[in-house]
Amino acid sequence: MPEITRAEVAHLATLARIDLSDAELDHLAPQLSVILESVASISGVAGDDVAPTSHPLPLVNVFRDDVVRPSLTPEQALSGAPASEEQRFMVPRILGDEQ
Amino acid sequence: MSAPLIRRSAAELADALASGETTSVALTQAHLDRIAEVDGPVHAFLHVDAEGALAAAEASDARRAAGSPASALDGVPIAVKDVLATEGLPTTCGSRILEGWIPPYDATVVARLKAAGLPILGKTNMDEFAMGSSTEHSAYGPTRNPWDLERIPGGSGGGSAAALAAFEAPLALGTDTGGSIRQPGAVTGTVGVKPTYGAVSRYGLVAMANSLDQVGPVTRTVLDAALLQELVGGHDPLDSTSIADPLPSLVDAARQGAGGDLAGLRVGVIRELSGEGYQDGVLARFQHGVDLLVAAGAEVVEVSCPSFVHALATYYLIMPCEVSSNLAKFDAMRYGLRVQPEGIASPSAEEVMRASRDAGFGDEVKRRIVLGTYALSSGYYDAYYGTAQRVRTLIKGDFDAAFGQVDVLVSPTSPTTAFKLGEKLDDPLAMYLNDLATIPANLAGVPGLSLPAGLADDTGLPVGFQVLAPVMADDRVYRVGAALEAALESEWGGPLLAQAPALEGAAR
Repeated sequence: MPEITRAEVAHLATLARIDLSDAELDHLAPQLSVILESVASISGVAGDDVAPTSHPLPLVNVFRDDVVRPSLTPEQALSGAPASEEQRFMVPRILGDEQ
Repeated sequence: MSAPLIRRSAAELADALASGETTSVALTQAHLDRIAEVDGPVHAFLHVDAEGALAAAEASDARRAAGSPASALDGVPIAVKDVLATEGLPTTCGSRILEGWIPPYDATVVARLKAAGLPILGKTNMDEFAMGSSTEHSAYGPTRNPWDLERIPGGSGGGSAAALAAFEAPLALGTDTGGSIRQPGAVTGTVGVKPTYGAVSRYGLVAMANSLDQVGPVTRTVLDAALLQELVGGHDPLDSTSIADPLPSLVDAARQGAGGDLAGLRVGVIRELSGEGYQDGVLARFQHGVDLLVAAGAEVVEVSCPSFVHALATYYLIMPCEVSSNLAKFDAMRYGLRVQPEGIASPSAEEVMRASRDAGFGDEVKRRIVLGTYALSSGYYDAYYGTAQRVRTLIKGDFDAAFGQVDVLVSPTSPTTAFKLGEKLDDPLAMYLNDLATIPANLAGVPGLSLPAGLADDTGLPVGFQVLAPVMADDRVYRVGAALEAALESEWGGPLLAQAPALEGAAR
């Protein structure tokens, strides 16, 4: 039976870029194990010969003509940004000190 | 026709506008007054745009005075679920991470509402990013069920459904990923439709799970839902999954159905969507609905869809995988909340991202992101996501086989009537069971409608009746829904909502 340990949840949260507090880890880890145990019931239901469905209807690629269309102004595009400067998104440093 | 404006259907209001009995300004003001009167306790709205709605209403009245209304529903106000982008109006998705975000563009469905002249009353409450079945996962507090303010209005679109049930709006838009239009419809005694996947544009819908999400109408009558789906539906070049071919006329189907003759129609009752886990009072109302279809001339048989018992588990693997991928865009860089982590002098972008996502997302969103991250991680992908995709094929196959035998499938919409606020809030599996009967349609992309089936004997609360049809045959759910609605309302002597208790402080 699958089980997610507290340490695994902490690792997954790091991968998902969410700081979970100790209290949240204590709370979420057992809940996730219960959910996972329940959804694991489908293992073995479909044989390997069954094709996977990623999408309810068949998808085809969609093209449009390569012409200029109206789009957001720089002001509109930046209107929701937490910080901006000189028509650019302003972000915290992306490299660590050692880099 | 002397019913107060706010209690009439959208179709009746369109007639009242066309005949000159009322104006869009009067109609819009009546709904704004009603919102001011009852939305304190109900809390269906996260944002009300009185000024914008009245300005749109004035413009509508001017068009009508000039003899050139933009559509049949020109001037009839509408509420919009807060997961749809509205230019100039806040769009939070019920989340702290988007608190105060004002989109610089309209969702295609919103642009179509505006072009058709419908004043937008405001944005309705929802579970955060549409994840939930009770609207209790909204970061801005729950919506309450107008039938009993101690109970949930369903979810995730509890705000839109409650706005209709409390007569705060004659129409609303919702979205349905696993039942978020239909299940709130069921527990509030209103009508909700999840159209065929791709029949309504998703451009400007903040995605939860792209392969499952669908925008649809939330109304009080089947005809109103048909009018609204026809208005917002149809091909959109901005949505690559939008279906290019037109659907059959939905309004015609609803009008035909209302005549009550279903002779020759083959109806399948889904064996796997009843029995254990379904409340007795729900099953009794459902069976009565089936009896009325028989009385209307339909031929009813039981149909087995054996893979449906795996639909819930399949959904709770596929959906979190899509969620974890979709919600990665909330990175505190281009829009939304940015939080500085405590105790770090010069935090990196990654540290800011982690702190912001912790502060901005609620419990259920975090659960689903972590679950999806797990199911997609190396070594587990085939066992979980791959397996779920193969079971999804089996579920689609069950629909195909069933629709080889019958024209429509029916089931209860939700296994129970509305439960009490708080009852299932921290029990994710119990909460997920609410969508047992609605999820198969999302996995297969087929259309589904829920309409009120009456009040359960055991709880006195509304029960929903679900009608499912093959892909692109949305007209069938409207035809059957309208026929059943007509038969039930002739028994009740009027709409089910006429039996709802008066809201506190509300003059009726």
